[in-house]
Amino acid sequence: MSVLPYLVAGWIFLVGLYGLVTSRDLIHAVGCLAVTQSSTYVLLLAVGYRRGGTAPVFADAPAGARVVDPVVQALTLTDIVVGATVTALLLALVVQLRKRHGTVDPDRLSELRG
Amino acid sequence: MTRRGRLRLFLLAALVLAAGYAVACLDLPPFGGDRHPYGDRAVHAALARRTANAVASVNFDQRAMDTLGEETILFAAVLGAVVLLRRTAGEARTEPEPARVSAGVRRLGLALLPVALLVGLYVVAHGNVTPGGGFQGGVVVATALHLLYVAADYRALERIRPVSRYELGDAAGEFAYTMTGVCTALAGPAFLANVLPLGTFRALASAGTVVLLNAAVGMEVACGVVVLLATFLDQAVEIADAPGGPRSADGAPEEEPT
Repeated sequence: MSVLPYLVAGWIFLVGLYGLVTSRDLIHAVGCLAVTQSSTYVLLLAVGYRRGGTAPVFADAPAGARVVDPVVQALTLTDIVVGATVTALLLALVVQLRKRHGTVDPDRLSELRG
Repeated sequence: MTRRGRLRLFLLAALVLAAGYAVACLDLPPFGGDRHPYGDRAVHAALARRTANAVASVNFDQRAMDTLGEETILFAAVLGAVVLLRRTAGEARTEPEPARVSAGVRRLGLALLPVALLVGLYVVAHGNVTPGGGFQGGVVVATALHLLYVAADYRALERIRPVSRYELGDAAGEFAYTMTGVCTALAGPAFLANVLPLGTFRALASAGTVVLLNAAVGMEVACGVVVLLATFLDQAVEIADAPGGPRSADGAPEEEPT
């Protein structure tokens, strides 16, 4: 079934979103966001796959070797770096929220504080 | 909105999204197919510039401008985390306690530290030839230093990790990347164009500017991750609420950990 990898990416995306919507803990929510984002890695790599292809690195392979798409692999690397930085920033925000409001449950953070 | 109502709304939206996505997937090129017009051109360009690692060629040569943006995101995120997690008034800094570590863990950690550090530097240096590069190798270098935290204790880690130097290193990496771009613009056709001699295919000195940009990114990522981990570790190990609650503003001057 040739669309299965694409569908897996969609499934990971929806599972992550489900976790975000039902989350009762912001640390858990940040983890769910990372899961949601990882669906894009699967989708990108699935788009770039070539049956029987090897890694697009010619250190050992001959110059005419059959390789998978290097463009999506570079995009995935960018994706991972941005994902990691976003996770770090969000976790820093959660640390400060916990200090100021004493809770990390998003449902209990609705009150306004001047 | 109640939790139940929110879940219902999500399930409805997820159903619509899933159906639309599934239909869209059926129209995508088949998985594993032979048509990769961008990939073929990128591989061709990588080989023409004698870069054995085609992914590095895409990142640091063909899309070098985008990688500058990516690096800036990383820089801004580290800066943001440092600002968000700085010690606020009313928080006291406690000296970390010496920790007892079993002899086996200590020996293994200290033996692995130089090996891990070397592997990280190897991965950065060979980014143009073999899988890896500045981003991956930088993270390996940064985590290698933290083996000292596992093998000894937090005070030992702080001795080899003066955070202000690593903050400077982070900025220097970003600066080096930009300056490489400015120099290539002055010397050749465009910002971040690959103007250096291309060297020998598959050799360590090949691929022109890719080597320099890789090193700059490796430096920035290694220093950035060290600073990032330091700010989080400080929260966990050193910063404690002052007696009298977290809101008592005493404004004590920041102390440099020794």
